[in-house]
Amino acid sequence: MTPMVDMFSLLLTFFMLTASFRPQEAAQIETPASISEKQVQDKDILTIFIAKDGKVFFNMDNGRDTTTRFRADVLKKMEEAFKEKYNLSFTEEEVDLFSRLAGFGMPIKDLKAWINAKDSKEREKLQTGIPSDSTDNQLMYWVRYARVVNPYAEVAIKGDAETDYTAVKKIMDLLQENKVNKFNLITNLVPEEATPADIPK
Amino acid sequence: MAEIIQEEKGKKGGKRRPKKHSTHIDMTPMVDLMCLLITFFMLTTAFAKAKVMVITMPEKDPTEQIKDQPEIPAFRTLNVLLSGDDKLYYYIGVADPKKPPLPTLIKSDFSKDGIRKVLLEKNKDLFTKIFEYRDKRIKGEIEVADTTADYTIKEMKKADKKGPIVLIKANDLAKYKDIVNIIDEMAICNIASYAVVDISPVELEMLKNAPQ
Repeated sequence: MTPMVDMFSLLLTFFMLTASFRPQEAAQIETPASISEKQVQDKDILTIFIAKDGKVFFNMDNGRDTTTRFRADVLKKMEEAFKEKYNLSFTEEEVDLFSRLAGFGMPIKDLKAWINAKDSKEREKLQTGIPSDSTDNQLMYWVRYARVVNPYAEVAIKGDAETDYTAVKKIMDLLQENKVNKFNLITNLVPEEATPADIPK
Repeated sequence: MAEIIQEEKGKKGGKRRPKKHSTHIDMTPMVDLMCLLITFFMLTTAFAKAKVMVITMPEKDPTEQIKDQPEIPAFRTLNVLLSGDDKLYYYIGVADPKKPPLPTLIKSDFSKDGIRKVLLEKNKDLFTKIFEYRDKRIKGEIEVADTTADYTIKEMKKADKKGPIVLIKANDLAKYKDIVNIIDEMAICNIASYAVVDISPVELEMLKNAPQ
């Protein structure tokens, strides 16, 4: 019994110390494979999720510094921009709660309900994707304000392998209009290599 | 726990000794809890950090006209057209409706013997050069830091004047993974210059008439 307990303690300590919790994601996304070994940075990054059906979700962090709360700042700017259109107003608590939440994807008018949702099931129902077409381009505002608040933020795109290229292209064009020319495409590593022997004679 | 110590009979004058307590603790509940916690941590831990593939797109500023665009010899341009269903076509040169005949599309795929062979053959010199450099580093013949090695490879790519210039174009049927796959292929074959560009109407027409 004792050796087993010893081993369990060891394992438990190991897992507890190395744990970095898997963030809850708005949608199930299967990323395509690539040989790239570059790791994604965990701070100063804006992630745009593109699900299989073309729904768009967005996530950003609060920055490297623990004193900054970029998410809250961005939300305040969004509130300012859409105040009149949707009669928006967020309380101090809601802003605070939002800065601690993860990725989201819904029209701005549903954001209040999402913040105040009681459990993840209720939240999931509200995730209908951020409107990103030309008539009501809210994603552009999110990206723009996030870049204003945190100029060092890089953009990562996490698209599902089966998403239509046109959907991804639309997002990339939108980002390029906002002067983002460098994209980090999130992929999963599948090592592959070619050798001179593969060159046809 | 209270224990009743029975008086031993038969021994006369013997001292009454308290029975020795066992030093073993029942560890079963603790082990149970540990199992639970380990399972919990194992399932929630995200071990591998997500990997990214960096791609830089050319600037899209209509006010900034590109001057002195370098002349690219037509035989160096390799156009790759993606059309969904893991289908892929390529042609060499320029498809200009004013200058017929149009180049013919050649069908290929994403497999090892597909487009990779074409790319490797076109990029033979640069590929071998970079491969030898990496090989020497692995064998320890050259000892440099990772950043220096990356820089050297970058310089090699810049200096290359013979390799293909790959233009990647996709139509509406293409999936996101096709684009990622083909960019990945560029990385595998050490292609020095490639770009993802918009497909032209002529090429869409060519795709329609392409062999299935």
